[in-house]
Amino acid sequence: MKNKRSLFAVPYVVWMALFVVAPIIMVVIYAFTTAAFDPTMGNFTGMGVYLSIFTRSFELAIIATLVCLLIGYPISYMMAKEGPGFQRVATVLIMLPMWVNFLLRTYAWMSILENNGLLNQFFDAIGLFDLINAIGAQLADDPSQYVPITYFRMIRTQGAVVLGMVYNYLPFMILPIYSVIVKLDRSLMEAAQDLGANSVTVFRKVILPLSLPGVLSGVTMVFVPAVSTFAISRLLGGGTHMMLGDLIEQQFLGGAYNPHLGSAIALVMMIIVVVCMWVMNRFGEGEEQAVML
Amino acid sequence: MSKELIRLVNCSMAFDGELVLDNMNLYFNDSEFLTLLGPSGCGKTTTLRIIGGFITPTSGEVLFDGVRMNDIPPHQRQVNTVFQRYALFPHLNVFENVAFGLRIGRTEEKEVNGKKKKVKVRIPQDEIRERVLEMLEVVSLKGFENRRINELSGGQQQRVAIARALVNRPKVLLLDEPLGALDLRLRKDMQSELKRIQQQMGITFIYVTHDQEEALAMSDTIVVMDQGKIQQIGTPEDIYNEPKNAFVADFIGESNILDGIMHEDYVVEFFNRKFKCLDKGFAPMEPVDVVIRPEDIDIVPPEKGQLRGVVTSVTFKGVHYDTIVDFKGFKWLIQTTDYHPVGETIGIILNPDDIHIMHKSQYSGMFGDYSSYSEEYEEMDDVTMLDEEEEGSSREGGNEE
Ligand SMILES: Nc1ncnc2c1ncn2[C@@H]1O[C@H](COP(=O)(O)OP(=O)(O)O)[C@@H](O)[C@H]1O
Ligand SMILES: [Mg+2]
Repeated sequence: MKNKRSLFAVPYVVWMALFVVAPIIMVVIYAFTTAAFDPTMGNFTGMGVYLSIFTRSFELAIIATLVCLLIGYPISYMMAKEGPGFQRVATVLIMLPMWVNFLLRTYAWMSILENNGLLNQFFDAIGLFDLINAIGAQLADDPSQYVPITYFRMIRTQGAVVLGMVYNYLPFMILPIYSVIVKLDRSLMEAAQDLGANSVTVFRKVILPLSLPGVLSGVTMVFVPAVSTFAISRLLGGGTHMMLGDLIEQQFLGGAYNPHLGSAIALVMMIIVVVCMWVMNRFGEGEEQAVML
Repeated sequence: MSKELIRLVNCSMAFDGELVLDNMNLYFNDSEFLTLLGPSGCGKTTTLRIIGGFITPTSGEVLFDGVRMNDIPPHQRQVNTVFQRYALFPHLNVFENVAFGLRIGRTEEKEVNGKKKKVKVRIPQDEIRERVLEMLEVVSLKGFENRRINELSGGQQQRVAIARALVNRPKVLLLDEPLGALDLRLRKDMQSELKRIQQQMGITFIYVTHDQEEALAMSDTIVVMDQGKIQQIGTPEDIYNEPKNAFVADFIGESNILDGIMHEDYVVEFFNRKFKCLDKGFAPMEPVDVVIRPEDIDIVPPEKGQLRGVVTSVTFKGVHYDTIVDFKGFKWLIQTTDYHPVGETIGIILNPDDIHIMHKSQYSGMFGDYSSYSEEYEEMDDVTMLDEEEEGSSREGGNEE
């Protein structure tokens, strides 16, 4: 029996070895060698110049993750609570964008957020700019000096990058939280009600703590791709807000071709992410304990 | 002495147009152990959920102390529930599960400066601690405070669920088949323990079960239900000795139920023979159901018997023998401590107080004939064989691991 089972596992093991373990080993080898494959630490010691990119990437990823959580949790909760009708509609709405190619989606956002894009055209059409300009001219010390605005600057901002990430990764927050909440035993909520809890207390003391595992996996599934995201920052951030993903991409495909440095950066990023996740999971367990005490 | 706490008035409940409770009228007294007894699907849980406030009856009224409660949500009702499958909070330890209700502040009306105000009342920490520990002692779970729920056995989880409900000092505790998941030994222990707790705390228990033995052993009052209707309300003795119809007679204990004719007060005819009985008040020559409990029948030598029959099957049941006897094609179950082999002709004697007369009902003719008795046994044998097979296969499954 044992042999039979391990026989079935062979393709999986081969797959893992070929496409997961081998690349990681290669990344490690590249990170610690020069172009001539001589051992070196140089790839790491010189990394300080990219510090701002590191901090920006993690900052934006954290913001995007929090925004995803704030939007995603209520949606997941409602999907789990409402009838199957709402559930189906919401699932389709959430999944639909995922069937469109990632780049296409992001290009679409570009044309929406552009200075003369759809959104600004819409604001113009409803007379928002005229209104603002009228008020602005009134308030200005010298009305003749007032420069009327004709658009909001939305593209090429960090906000646009966060928006792009939230839009792309929101489903990864919603689905794990939803699947945890929907499986919660209804009788637990009834028991809480029976013991005197109103619906707010039922949520706070039963549903929220029991949905934490879903939150943790949602946060992981958003944060990890958000940190390493590329293209979004280039397209929506206008290249002025480079992120780690773009930096690494440049080392492999771009003009700054240096796969050894790229590997080193990727390795450092990976380690930081793993440490973050580990700390968070510890914290998650701690949370459970804290609730228990 | 006994004060009425809860009353259901003409309560009906329908799900998707299907009537599940049919015009229930029932009241619950202070400090009473009342059992709702009936086969699965008869509406016991639905009745409890109406009292607990989880569903609102389609028609009729729920009164607590005479006040209409139909639209009051569960968290504002002074009753607590022990759920069918415990519903303990898996993220909390034993202590916090029990403390759950105490930690929730209750709003109470209070006079403040001569005005009625709603005040949120919180119980101080040390009082919570004291009450939880006290309650854990009552349910014999002292020292288990810090255990996780999944580290407890079924019986222990059961006790936590009871403590969690009782610690709030409800006037009424609702229990939905609380012992259903426990094995026989544990069930017996818990039965007496529950009874002890109920008497010790002096509160009303509304207890749901489909196990008639359990109901007889624990209750002050039994409400027998079937198909959403109350069939009979009474003390265990009443219900057992004076069943109202064939359903109750069959559901509570074993019964031989036969067709009879009531000639006059105290005289009933069956098997073309007149018997003396203790029942009266029937119409002359009224067709009736006659109930004879298997343990009430005395076996005598054939020549001394009022009726003669042939033993067709004997099963040893520990204390007694289940003896099936054929009387002119109608098979009776007789329970005696004497052994009578298959094929033996025996006589029986029925004393007046062994014979119970019931009016005819929709259940007449459905129960009380033991012709199929031996087949029932064979079916049960099949079940045990199946069990063994399953065990065998699961053992194989274990080897795979
Ligand atoms: N929420 C519900 N929706 C539809 N039917 C229900 C619901 N709850 C109970 N029923 C039906 O009502 C009947 C009585 O159920 P229940 O009160 O749970 O019976 P019991 O507890 O006596 O076994 C059953 O036929 C059951 O299928
Ligand atoms: Mg039930």
